[in-house]
Amino acid sequence: MTGVTRRGLGKDELAARVARDIPRGAFVNLGIGLPTRISNHLSADSGVVLHTENGMLGMGPEAQGDAVDLDLINAGKVPVTELAGASYFHHADSFAMMRGGHLDVCVLGAYQVSARGDLANWHTGRPDDIPAVGGAMDLAIGAKETFVMMDLLSRDGVPKLVPECTYPLTGVGCVSRIYTDLAVFLIEDEGVAVRELFDCTFDELTRLLAVPLLNRTPKGSR
Amino acid sequence: MASILDNPYAAVAGIPDGATVMIGGFGTAGQPVELIEALMASGATNLTVVNNNAGNGDVGLAALIRAGRVRKIVCSFPRQRDSWHFDQKYRAGEIELELVPQGNLAERIRAAGAGIGAFYTPTGYGTSLAEGKEVREIDGRHYVLEYPLRADYALVKAHRADELGNLVYRKTARNFGPIMATAATTTVVQVEEVVPVGALDPEVIVTPGIYVDRIVRVPAPVPVPEPVGAGQ
Repeated sequence: MTGVTRRGLGKDELAARVARDIPRGAFVNLGIGLPTRISNHLSADSGVVLHTENGMLGMGPEAQGDAVDLDLINAGKVPVTELAGASYFHHADSFAMMRGGHLDVCVLGAYQVSARGDLANWHTGRPDDIPAVGGAMDLAIGAKETFVMMDLLSRDGVPKLVPECTYPLTGVGCVSRIYTDLAVFLIEDEGVAVRELFDCTFDELTRLLAVPLLNRTPKGSR
Repeated sequence: MASILDNPYAAVAGIPDGATVMIGGFGTAGQPVELIEALMASGATNLTVVNNNAGNGDVGLAALIRAGRVRKIVCSFPRQRDSWHFDQKYRAGEIELELVPQGNLAERIRAAGAGIGAFYTPTGYGTSLAEGKEVREIDGRHYVLEYPLRADYALVKAHRADELGNLVYRKTARNFGPIMATAATTTVVQVEEVVPVGALDPEVIVTPGIYVDRIVRVPAPVPVPEPVGAGQ
């Protein structure tokens, strides 16, 4: 796929697209990296409360200048701010909140997602790679809904939505939706459904991916 | 009952070679840097350290690892942009790593402090980190059996203590402190301020003094490096 002209949604457009599907008033955890950008697209009156796994609800934007406080950081260890109504809690409570199904949505990046919603996002499995899992496995299986936000193709042009993950798994059958630059996918009992297309046709997607696809675009567009 | 020590060296006195030591903190937030430096100065070695990470930059836990004092680390997220001392030891085969998903790490510590014999958790089921572990299906969901994680010593940083060892923390520097304080035989806490009994509102105390053995006041913690967005 090298040499293909860039098409589909840019990273901020994609973040805005995911933000539109975050329900009003939801408790949400945004994973490190790309998903963090979603917070820039949540409107102030959305009522969405952000959770950070290192022990806070009501996390505000990144801290700037004098607002930087090294005791107040997010899961990516970046200084952040607190919003009115914020709360702090220790790590066991923070992860009980996740595993106990109290978070409405978490959005994670991924190396691969399988047609059954298996997620691989913590380890490349390469022998020289130092493994680090952090909260990925807890988040993946804990929230009521786990969304993945990723480019559909790797930098080498290889699809990341696959029949079976070849990277080490983070969680089994845990992903409910995949937001990509080219399409939005829903993982359903009947299979993988395409909900929305960006600069791309359904037929192109079916040729690109080794995963059978159901057409659930608004007009069944090809 | 908690005793109040004059300096960090006295606070970590008696930690033997081969001890298991929990060290609070998430990255640098809540990391008890002065207690770790005192542990370095004590000469204790062959340690097993429990921490979320594996050191940042060149101070605190990173310095302990660089000095070769840590035989094994139990953590969730060793690899960070500034974990170069761990990375070097790990690649040289000079440090053992037990990688634990962060929530299981926290719950194993909590379980130890709460007298729980073991627990079934959904986290990690079907992954390589659950290989060889007992699994069980309960009400249609799969769980992995995990065991408590105890320590001989816990080194914790809190914001303020009263003379009975009741503790309050500051913002996200709380992280692992409250649970580690419950899970060690001896809990050592550094605080910025020690206040008289009665000066802390009982309604806001996070760690009751029953869990705290030694307190030392470190009024102006050394500046730690700016967090660099080093990963979770």
